[in-house]
Amino acid sequence: MTAHAHTIDAAHAADQGPHDVQESRAFGFWLYILSDLILFSALFATFVVQMRSFAGGPTGKDLFDLGYVAGETLLLLLSSATYGLAVLAMQADRRTQVLRWLGVTFILGLGFILMEIHEFHHLIAEGNGPNRSGFLSAYFTLVGTHGTHVTFGLIWMAVLMLQVSIKGLSEPVQGRLLRLSVFWHFLDIVWIGVFSVVYLLGVMQ
Amino acid sequence: MLGKLTLSAIPFDNPIIMGAVGISVLLALVVLGLITWYRKWGYLWSEWLTSVDHKRIGVMYIVLALIMLLRGFADAIMMRSQQMLAEGTSQGYLPPGHYDQIFSAHGTIMILFMAMPFLVGLWNVVVPQQIGARDVAYPFLNSASFWMTAMGAMLVMISLGVGEFSKAGWTGYPPLSELKFSPSTGVDYWIWAIQISGVGTLLTGINFMVTIVKMRAPGMTFMRMPVFVWTTLVTCVLIILSFPVLTVTLALLTLDRYLDMHFFTNAMGGNMMMYLNLFWIWGHPEVYIVILPAFGVFSEVVPTYSGKPLFGYKTMVYATAAIGLLSFSVWLHHFFTMGSNADVNSFFGITTMIIAVPTGVKIFNWLFTMYRGRVQLTAPIYWTLGFFSTFVIGGMTGVLHAVPAADFVLHNSLFLVGHFHNMLIGGVLFGFLAGYMHWFPKAFGFTLNEKWGKRAFWAWLVGFYMAFIPLYVLGFMGMPRRMEHYTDPAWQPWLFIAAVGALIILMGIVFLAVQLTVSIRDRHANLDLTGDPWNGRTLEWATASPPAVYNFPVTPIVDGLDAFWEMKRKGTAYRRPEQYQDIHMPRNTPAGFVLGVLAFVFGFAVIWHIWWLVVASALGMLITVADRSFNDDIEYVIPAAEVERTEDERRRRMEQAAQQPAAAGATPQPVQV
Repeated sequence: MTAHAHTIDAAHAADQGPHDVQESRAFGFWLYILSDLILFSALFATFVVQMRSFAGGPTGKDLFDLGYVAGETLLLLLSSATYGLAVLAMQADRRTQVLRWLGVTFILGLGFILMEIHEFHHLIAEGNGPNRSGFLSAYFTLVGTHGTHVTFGLIWMAVLMLQVSIKGLSEPVQGRLLRLSVFWHFLDIVWIGVFSVVYLLGVMQ
Repeated sequence: MLGKLTLSAIPFDNPIIMGAVGISVLLALVVLGLITWYRKWGYLWSEWLTSVDHKRIGVMYIVLALIMLLRGFADAIMMRSQQMLAEGTSQGYLPPGHYDQIFSAHGTIMILFMAMPFLVGLWNVVVPQQIGARDVAYPFLNSASFWMTAMGAMLVMISLGVGEFSKAGWTGYPPLSELKFSPSTGVDYWIWAIQISGVGTLLTGINFMVTIVKMRAPGMTFMRMPVFVWTTLVTCVLIILSFPVLTVTLALLTLDRYLDMHFFTNAMGGNMMMYLNLFWIWGHPEVYIVILPAFGVFSEVVPTYSGKPLFGYKTMVYATAAIGLLSFSVWLHHFFTMGSNADVNSFFGITTMIIAVPTGVKIFNWLFTMYRGRVQLTAPIYWTLGFFSTFVIGGMTGVLHAVPAADFVLHNSLFLVGHFHNMLIGGVLFGFLAGYMHWFPKAFGFTLNEKWGKRAFWAWLVGFYMAFIPLYVLGFMGMPRRMEHYTDPAWQPWLFIAAVGALIILMGIVFLAVQLTVSIRDRHANLDLTGDPWNGRTLEWATASPPAVYNFPVTPIVDGLDAFWEMKRKGTAYRRPEQYQDIHMPRNTPAGFVLGVLAFVFGFAVIWHIWWLVVASALGMLITVADRSFNDDIEYVIPAAEVERTEDERRRRMEQAAQQPAAAGATPQPVQV
């Protein structure tokens, strides 16, 4: 290690300020995201193995409505953009604007979840639930796991909105907002995988 | 109201189980009674159960591991005695359903509730001190991780008396583990115990990785970290990359069992081979997750008691990393016989042989470290020497298995059981026990009795060979694993020898208990006043024994490998700093304990389909986490004056030790080299 880096390290040790703590937390959160990525990889792999295990039941072509899914996608992608605006407002230290953009993000995310629940309900009502075939088990589990993540993201967002209004944009709250932003964008990326592998490939079969 | 849970879940008609339950409950009552009698509840609650101090958490992990070692061993000796008896017309004393639960519980407990807590316990006690840190990156998560692990273990214990445990082996292969063939709650206990403790393990992996990457003392570059820290780091990477796969695997099996899905079923598009692949994509790295920390222990023990730096530090680091990488490329060797074609089998056969190479490198490094060193034959070195021979035999039988053609003969035979016990007892457990005896004085401030430690070692070593070499022979004779009854009289003499071996191991366990008792009794004669009883090389020996809550009064500056050794050589190790500063430390919190208990309730409720309780406990966990996130006042300050007082007191004790080195049993100041 160079002498220069050495001084930086020494400075770090002397000043275990809140900024360093937030930096460590961000690193830890990225590691969590990595582990979550592995979790989704295993589910994607499972889906690909079972994507033709129809057991005489319906195929993706029979079930999926690409237009509807495009609507869901639009909501989720838009919510990522609005979350970005919330972060910009946070950096400008505008508390009300942060709350406003978080509120918009929340509504868009909730819209996505409601559309997904509607879609699942529709499938199950028609007898095409997760117990119909290996393909549908894998479909419901992969898409549902993503949906569960989005739901937890929404709960977390609600908690943070409360914290922003009570505590203001304090250093820990800002750190949490940034970590939720990583989580939220990550779910977008996973959804793009879901859209391509599950829905597009499903319809093309 | 209570889901599937009725009074009939308690096996009143089975005297063996009820006996075991009775003894467990009695022991628990005695412990609880003693705590009440000595009025220690307040102390226990404020100093231990709610503690976020990594050293305390480490001790609790190791206590959990030792308790579960007893439970796992009780299972083992029941299996050995059953197999010794149950030949021909004799049925032994265990019915098949009970025997199946015993071997399933034995594997699950020993891997996930003995080995895992033991290694995480050693990390907690040692790693932050070795890198010159005051705590881990997430002290509260650390506490939550421990309680999740402990509560997972509790679920396994509860299954003894309420319902039953899985009969599908510790690997839980479908379709046997599916609802159709295992309709009872056994598999559910297995699933949820592992799932809950698995979350704890994943959080531990993230926690220690952040700790090591972000919190090393100034000057400690990656290539100056002690090898134990390196093995911890690589193990954390393995945990982060592999445990989510276990989570998914168990979750998919859960969905099959609870929601009638078809991931691993025989019909409706299920694919049971997918389970095997997923399970071992976690399972094989898991093997290295338990062995790498043991390698780390040996890499600390051997140089310390040889009075030499570790031979080939860099190769040790690269070998560790190579093992970590390769551990993801060998999983298919667990099922060579299950339908893959010859090309696939050869690929995984070759990768499996390759992974033996870095392991061999390590063995040579340790041997070369001892070569021409002044080896002190202490108990930790005994365990290390026992490890060398035992582990090499296990490694060679492992490479035998790596040849797919040979594996077709040996698969699922007792030869395999012999092989992995060579690795897990001779490698993992011997390593952890070496670490336990090496670092015990650091955690408690007095050394363990050497004589009883060595007696325990001999009993374990002799017992191990007597118990497991016969299994290799039996494997060649064609005896499959997991049999509760057999008809070939030629097997019985070997099983008799194996049972005697298990009894000798029992003596080893008793001797460990005696060692602990004798050492606690004689603690005043064996106090470690210096904090450095073995003339150590790494930073954990720079702190007091037991360390102050903040470990280091002043952050140490590192300028080489074996940092503490260098400090002692230069005479800077015990220099009094010009001034002390206030130290910020994390405040204890009951949140981790509460989370663990709620996770236990959640697991129990899910197992018994008590849905209202599932919802209530899940909500409880959510609220606990959210409530914790509102709390920004999580630290307290130790004033500089108090630090100074503590350190002066330590200095006084060290001077006292220097005046009477023989009586205190402390090592004199290191000889200048």
